[in-house]
Amino acid sequence: MNEKTMRKSRWQTVIFLLIIIVLTYLSSAITQFNFIDGMATIPEAVGWIFSNLMITQESLGKLPKILEKLNETILMSIAATTLAAVVSLFLGLFGSKTTKINNFLSVFARFIASVSRNIPVVAWSLILLLSFGQNSVTGFLALFVGTVGFLTRAFIESIDEASQSAVEALKATGATYFQIVSKAVIPQCLPQMISWILFMIETNIRNATLVGILTATGIGYTFDVYYKTLNYNAVALVTFCIVIAVLIVDFISNYIRRVIL
Amino acid sequence: MSLLKVEGLGKSYTSDIKILKNINFEIKAGEFVSIIGPSGAGKSTMLRCMNRMVEFNEGKIIFNNNDVGSLNKKELRKLRTSIGMVFQHYNLVPRLTVIENVLHGRFGYKTTMQGILGRYTEEEKERAFYLLEKLGIHEHAYKRCDQLSGGQQQRVGICRALIQEPKLVLCDEPIASLDPSSSKIIMDHLKSISTEMGITCLVNLHQVEVAQNYSDRIIGLNKGEIVFSGTSSELSEEQINKIYGTETKDLIMA
Ligand SMILES: Nc1ncnc2c1ncn2[C@@H]1O[C@H](COP(=O)(O)OP(=O)(O)OP(=O)(O)O)[C@@H](O)[C@H]1O
Ligand SMILES: [Mg+2]
Repeated sequence: MNEKTMRKSRWQTVIFLLIIIVLTYLSSAITQFNFIDGMATIPEAVGWIFSNLMITQESLGKLPKILEKLNETILMSIAATTLAAVVSLFLGLFGSKTTKINNFLSVFARFIASVSRNIPVVAWSLILLLSFGQNSVTGFLALFVGTVGFLTRAFIESIDEASQSAVEALKATGATYFQIVSKAVIPQCLPQMISWILFMIETNIRNATLVGILTATGIGYTFDVYYKTLNYNAVALVTFCIVIAVLIVDFISNYIRRVIL
Repeated sequence: MSLLKVEGLGKSYTSDIKILKNINFEIKAGEFVSIIGPSGAGKSTMLRCMNRMVEFNEGKIIFNNNDVGSLNKKELRKLRTSIGMVFQHYNLVPRLTVIENVLHGRFGYKTTMQGILGRYTEEEKERAFYLLEKLGIHEHAYKRCDQLSGGQQQRVGICRALIQEPKLVLCDEPIASLDPSSSKIIMDHLKSISTEMGITCLVNLHQVEVAQNYSDRIIGLNKGEIVFSGTSSELSEEQINKIYGTETKDLIMA
């Protein structure tokens, strides 16, 4: 980098910082959020958390029930993710420039991906609540739809990036579409795809809690019930269990990633 | 009798520019022909018209008595089995082993199911090892391709083309990403393919000297037109300038 570009990039940093400061100021002014007041409540809030959100002997008695619900939520997240992965694999193949069958399916796949990805999971839950009501199908579908969008997009990129040249070579040998997909595209992209699927399983376990609150299922519902009955010790236990579960899943998926990549 | 005959070939990707204009040439079986020309002249496009990896708009290509342009999907697949292809960037599946990549060259002869299940006959496997040995990379047979050097990967690419039992091998700048010593190994192998096995080679090249050393015949392409066609000795300084549209001195400087 020469001096001129360095000076230019330093200027860019300054301007960027200024913009951020102005934006922060403007948005807090518009929403009437007083930063100083907000900060002042922190000690009190922390005090409240420590005095109320304690796991007690009594709340530990609820552990088996909580674990059962947590288990249910984790399994549902995994099921929604894996099913979505299968659908996304096909949409990814249709959507990718290198493996598309025709333009119509390609546009279709990309459309599905962007629609389902750009609507947050919480919004999907609320939309699906209207038609399916408060049950586990709604939660499952909400996770499924959001995941299809995300994974399709990720798979399209993985396929485009990883296998374009090999696809060309195999086409030139006279290989059929499914031979090319199964022997060049999938072997080359699989580690990356698995990595994305693991990422979505982690994300979905976190999302499932929130979705559960809305759809009255799983660990989210348990959380909600204790919260509304002011049983804060149980709320603390639920939160603790979720954190531990997410950490364990994180650990496992990182381990798998290390092995396959 | 010629193996490949091109008549009035024309190609345009967009309606405003013609990439190839009225290309005519003939290649006999076993010939080693190089195509040279500046970047963007249409060398890659022309090569890919031969096996219809690029669809051409005008003219006729007759390969081995088949009218290439009129083949349906199934016939095209059959045609492609008899035309091998070698690429600048090798175009292997990097995560798979060398032997798997070589055997990919047999897909054209198999049903979709046989290919997906990876059913290869004993003869095919033996042939794959024979070819790897011939190109001097048999000890790497079970290594993943991404662990090989560029020159070794290109030899895998050549094995994949040869196991197709092709009549013609198309090479798109096979040595453009390689150092001089690997380049020589690759060019020597390609030359021996044409002299020993009688397989026709059509090779895009950037280096004029390499083309002169190895080719039976050289085709010079400029802006989509053939501006030279003849033997290495017929390619004079003046002709080279005509092909590249510059002085050779500038070429070296650039
Ligand atoms: N898929 C495509 N769509 C549109 N234009 C293309 C496409 N492929 C190539 N072209 C254009 O066709 C022209 C010839 O390209 P081609 O790749 O055949 O040249 P080349 O002689 O192989 O060049 P190089 O030596 O750089 O590889 C270029 O102007 C290029 O921009
Ligand atoms: Mg080219």
